Formats: sequence, C-alpha cells, structure tokens
Amino acid sequence: MAASGNINALEQFELHPVLGAFGRTLEFSQSNVMMIAAMVLTLLLLWLGMRPRAMVPGRLQAAAEMIYEFTYNMCVETIGPEGKRFFPFIFTLFLFILIGNLAGVWPFFFTFTSHITVTLALTLVVVIMVTLVGLWIHKLHFFSYFVPEGVPALLLPLLVPIEVLSYLSRIISLSVRLFANMMAGHVMLEVFGAFVVMLGAAGLLGLLPAAFALAVNVALIGFEILVAVLQAYVFAILSCIYLHDAVHLH
Amino acid sequence: MSEEQGGGPSFEERLRVARERQGLEPRQSVPGGRPDQEPSALGIGLRVGLELVCALAVACAIGWGLDRLFGTRPIFLIAFVPLGGAAGVLNVWREFAPRQGPSGKTRQDGSRSPRSGERGARR
Repeated sequence: MAASGNINALEQFELHPVLGAFGRTLEFSQSNVMMIAAMVLTLLLLWLGMRPRAMVPGRLQAAAEMIYEFTYNMCVETIGPEGKRFFPFIFTLFLFILIGNLAGVWPFFFTFTSHITVTLALTLVVVIMVTLVGLWIHKLHFFSYFVPEGVPALLLPLLVPIEVLSYLSRIISLSVRLFANMMAGHVMLEVFGAFVVMLGAAGLLGLLPAAFALAVNVALIGFEILVAVLQAYVFAILSCIYLHDAVHLH
Repeated sequence: MSEEQGGGPSFEERLRVARERQGLEPRQSVPGGRPDQEPSALGIGLRVGLELVCALAVACAIGWGLDRLFGTRPIFLIAFVPLGGAAGVLNVWREFAPRQGPSGKTRQDGSRSPRSGERGARR
C-alpha cells in the first residue's frame, strides 16, 4: 500500500488463501476465517454471557441479554405477534453481520461484509425465505401482493410488472447498501492511513498535515463503528419489514 | 405514599423527571443522531439514489436476459427500462410517503413505530 509510494485502497479487499495447503485446496480465504470467527464470537458472547445466570447481570450477561431483548422487540414490533417465529433467524442474521462488521474495524482483520458476494448471498437467503413464507402462509393468494388495491383493471398490466420489479429490486438495494457502506468506510480509512505514512515521510513540512490525517482517521474509526452497528441494524430491520409484508400482505 | 399526601408531585411524576434528568427517557427534541430524528439531506439523497438505481438495474438485467432468451435484441430492454424507472419511483414513494398516504404499507402505529426508526436509521 503506502510503502510503495502510491495509494492502492482496494488491495485490502483481495482474498488470499490462508492456512497453507489446506487453504489453497479449499480456496479457504481470510474472509471465511472471519466468518467462522464471527460465528465463534457470537456463540462465545451468548454462552459465556449467559453462563452465570445471575439475577443481577454482569457486564457480559447484560450485553447478551440486551442484544437478545433488543432483537426480540424489533421482531415483535415490526412483524407483529408472528415475529416470534422468525426471531431466531433475525437474531442469527443480525449478530452475524454485527460481529462481522465490528470485527472488521479492528486492525488487520478482514471485513467479510465488504464483498458484495457475501451480502448478496445473505440478501438472497432473506428474500427467498420471505417469498417462501408468503407462499406458505397465503398459498397462491400471496400473488395478490403484486396487485395494488383499488386500481382499474386497465392499468394492471402496467402496474403488476412495476410491483414485481419493485419487489425484486430489494435484492440489489439491500445487498448494495450493506456492501457499499462497509467498503466505502474501509477505503476512506486506507486512504487517510496512507496519507499519514506518505506525509510523515515527506519531512518536516509534512508533519502537520500528517497529524491532521491521523486525527481524521481516529474520527473515521469512530464513525466506522457507528456505521457497522447501524448497517447491521438496518439489514435486520429491513428483513423484518419484508417479513411483515409477506406475513400480512398490504 | 406519604409524599403524595403532602401535596407534592406524585411518584410517577418524580420518576419521570428523574429519568429525564438521567437521559433515560427518550425525548423527541434531543439534538444529535437519535434514530427518531429526520435523516440528513445527504442520507436521503443516497437512499433515493440507491433505490432508483437498483430498480433500474434489475429491470435492465431482466430485459437484457429476456432478449437473450428470445433473440429479440432491443425489444424487452426497451420495454423494461421505463418499468424499472417507475418501480424506482414507487420504491422512493413507499419510503417517503406521508404516514396516511395512499400506499397501504405505511404503518399507523404512532410515533415510536419501527418504521419511523428504520426511516431515520438508514443512511
């Protein structure tokens, strides 16, 4: 990156096989390592947090309980009473993305949500599940979702494709929102980090701008933590809203 | 109980005041990034742009794919691009429609509805 004298902000997103021959055979990259790490961290948080089973929770137990209750309330408030059935799915999704985003802010750690393949796969899981849930609950009546109410029949051939396209565009908008936010943040961090190194090496005149770039980077790290939590929340609540639409139809 | 008989504020009232002082009560007028607040202009712009572009991209992909399937080069693409634009506008309208708007999907739960939180939170 900066050592070679030019800024290559996208190099950090390249995937490399890890763990030697094992990784090369399975195409096991650092992204997969981070996914497993996110899973293990989630399980550890819940397992270690809930082990004391204290009436007055300690810090870790309070964190585990707060995340659980927060997600539970989000499900029930957004989807309705049926939301309890989807809570395990939303909870898993939310924690996986949240821990993945937050771990990615840590230096030298890879952010797996900064690849659109990952977010697109997550989105496809959500959208396909939403569609199947709608078909499961309403059977073929589910397709009335694409027919707006109170519209003259003459306009339906025009409006139904628009509704279908609007439904399908969720796949792109949901995945791009998470991916773009995470990638943009890490590119910014990389650019300002390279500024610090390059300006710092430029001699006495560069020290002040370098310090400024470092300060910007510190602020950006804080901003990245905000974005990491916010985007995980947005992904989860949008999944909830889509589920609500499929469960209740209009 | 004895304080209430003294004519002072009730327990609920004092609890509310104390909670507000500690910042535990969600207030509507707190400045800063509370999710209940209106999002920034940049946030709205990015969101609208994303919705418009996404719908158009999906429509283009479908039109192009259908053309490839049937060998009718520009016909489906031409038909789907306006539809995609319309779907994008529909998405934007769904998101920013007034509460009791004609779009049946806006919730009427009240101020703390999850929809309002989501509106503010999305960038």
